[in-house]
Amino acid sequence: MKDNSCQCLKWPYPLLYDKVQKVTTDVLILGGGIAGCWAAIAAAKKGVRVALVEKGATIRSGAGGSGCDHWESAATNPCSRISPEELTQAMIKAHHGYNNGISHYIECREGYDRLLDLERFGGKIRDTEDEFLEAEFRDEKTKFLFAYDYENKFTLRVWGTTFKPALTKECRRLGVKIFDRTMATSLLTEGGKQGAKIVGATGVNGRTGEFITFQAKATVLCMSRPTRIWLFSPGLPGISEFRPPQCTGDGHAMGWNAGAEFAMMEKSVKGEWSGLRSFPPYGTGNTHNTWYACNMVDADGREIPWADRDGRTLTDISLRYRPSLGQKLFLKGGGESDIPTYEFQGPDILPLEELLAKGFKLPFYADLTGMPEQERKAIWGLMVGEEGKTKIPILKTYTEAGFDPKKHLIQSYGDGWRSGGFLPQERQLFGLPGGMVNDWNLKTNLEGLYAAGDQLLASNCHGHAAATGHYAGRHAADYTKEGAVSKIDSNQAKKERIRIYAPLKGDGRIGWKEMNMRITRLMQHYCGEIKTEELLTTGLGLLKNIQKLEVPQISAQNPHELVRTLEVLNILTNAEIILNACMARKASSKPLHFRRSDYPEMDPPDWKKFITIKLEKNKVEIGEKPLDYYGQLKEKYESHNSDYLEEHGS
Amino acid sequence: MKGKKIFIHPETAALKPLSFNIELCDGCNRCVEVCQVDILVPHPNKGNPPVVVYPGECWYGGCCVAICPKPGAIKLNTPLMNRVYWKEKA
Repeated sequence: MKDNSCQCLKWPYPLLYDKVQKVTTDVLILGGGIAGCWAAIAAAKKGVRVALVEKGATIRSGAGGSGCDHWESAATNPCSRISPEELTQAMIKAHHGYNNGISHYIECREGYDRLLDLERFGGKIRDTEDEFLEAEFRDEKTKFLFAYDYENKFTLRVWGTTFKPALTKECRRLGVKIFDRTMATSLLTEGGKQGAKIVGATGVNGRTGEFITFQAKATVLCMSRPTRIWLFSPGLPGISEFRPPQCTGDGHAMGWNAGAEFAMMEKSVKGEWSGLRSFPPYGTGNTHNTWYACNMVDADGREIPWADRDGRTLTDISLRYRPSLGQKLFLKGGGESDIPTYEFQGPDILPLEELLAKGFKLPFYADLTGMPEQERKAIWGLMVGEEGKTKIPILKTYTEAGFDPKKHLIQSYGDGWRSGGFLPQERQLFGLPGGMVNDWNLKTNLEGLYAAGDQLLASNCHGHAAATGHYAGRHAADYTKEGAVSKIDSNQAKKERIRIYAPLKGDGRIGWKEMNMRITRLMQHYCGEIKTEELLTTGLGLLKNIQKLEVPQISAQNPHELVRTLEVLNILTNAEIILNACMARKASSKPLHFRRSDYPEMDPPDWKKFITIKLEKNKVEIGEKPLDYYGQLKEKYESHNSDYLEEHGS
Repeated sequence: MKGKKIFIHPETAALKPLSFNIELCDGCNRCVEVCQVDILVPHPNKGNPPVVVYPGECWYGGCCVAICPKPGAIKLNTPLMNRVYWKEKA
């Protein structure tokens, strides 16, 4: 008889704690999400040996593994009316200069090439079945479907659930050696010295516990961004943050310990999405992102007006997808800032307070019933369906529960895309947060170390991850052709093995969840909305005490728990990076959502720059970079990519 | 650590993200292999639905359901507090 209960079971995988596997490769990719897979493909196409290390299962891993509904900034697609230079400059301006000119120019310049690649790999990027024939947002010749700005056509609606399996298949076809269920734990440096050339990494298998050393000529970090710094629930660890729970910013912590340089790590925003507060992403009524530009009605069914950036009411639904009078383009669905810039502000419903003053009654609902059929199908069925975490959790689940977009109104629970309210100290790295500093090769300050996707300063979204992943992968491959493999320092690997296995010998007094709660409570108190020198210094001192007194007591029972535990130790390191970055900026800043009550002046001119931080001989070194450190976009790009331009045309 | 036998007790979580139809599920374990958080393990008795050992860690991405070759064998349960309200348009 079949049985679906199991009270206690033997660990189902072989335990290999006593084994060490040694891998040698040319290019080592750490992280098998969108950026990692693209990096692996680009490097492998250069004819070098590639190893890809992924904590989960590459076929669906990462924040973009389950889907993607729109591909931003494909400025070179044949229908686009915006140049990559114009679009990148718009994104930089929209963030008041605090942006990554290099990575976003790469996104604008090469994103479309990656879409065409995806199609070759088996992904779906155009309306080949003519489901949206003659829709206003469809280009009949290319069969591309556009989102948001129908005039300028630089964001495409895509069938992103097809992407990750196609990328994984291509990795395998190219001979990329994939190490699934393997957590990268540290970077190995030449001679074991901080700040020296990166010569590989260590990893541990989350099923067998096997320790692995990877020796590589070049390494590409593609390991998402820090999470669970301020938000964590031991009951809901899987949905404490927007990104998958195993995306804990391990790459940031590893990079920090190796001496990598970061910028903008002082930026955090009030929480935008967490299962502690919010409803399923893209599963509530709203007018943003996947649901743009849906009709909204109030509690009495009264239609909520849409307006352009000047407050002029837009009576025709079609106008919601057009720039305002005299406006060149608007940014929506990504690229825009939380603090709207008039120049790029797109249409929206009126602000909540204004609506309440006009007598509109809460709650509001999204009303797909009144949308033109093609628009309704594009939102419910295409975008809700192809976006990550929507095919099963929203489209299938709601449909089976009786939701009919032609009949029902679906409630809105917050402003913008948010579906929950957060306290000011409940913060997140969202909306172009800080990350690693990169040059025009997407190389970090460390020799042999490259970075892509959310690992980078001011990162966001699928197209950015894909474009920067490919770019970093091919530049890393080029680098490997210049030099030989450096030797791994066996002492460094040995020390790391001792460090990572220590929790297995713990006495069980402190588990990873308690430690994560410990960190989030501390960060809410000492690095919340309002910061001061005293708060930050005390917070940092307490973190050091945790390292010294509590970390030695942390305990894990099996390889799975060991990985969860090592993640929390990385969260602790990431909290340390953030506290140090907050201490280094002695001025408040609106675009950085950064408020210091001891330095209350907002954005004094002397502080309009990136503050950089890194470890040098285990001491925090502070530096700075001008906001426009990337230089002339087109010229710089072209001088670093002559091979690519020859192959793809300029 | 060598030779040490370990056992796991499936965690009692606040939520039960997955349920299986034991008549439909043939224990192919495709869901075990696709889960990026690795919350499931194969059942010790072949042919049975896998065991959700770390239910609290579920990301609710639904890839396990999407990959299942037997429709209805595995179901993703939206957490109760996350269930959204809709109504018929008047």
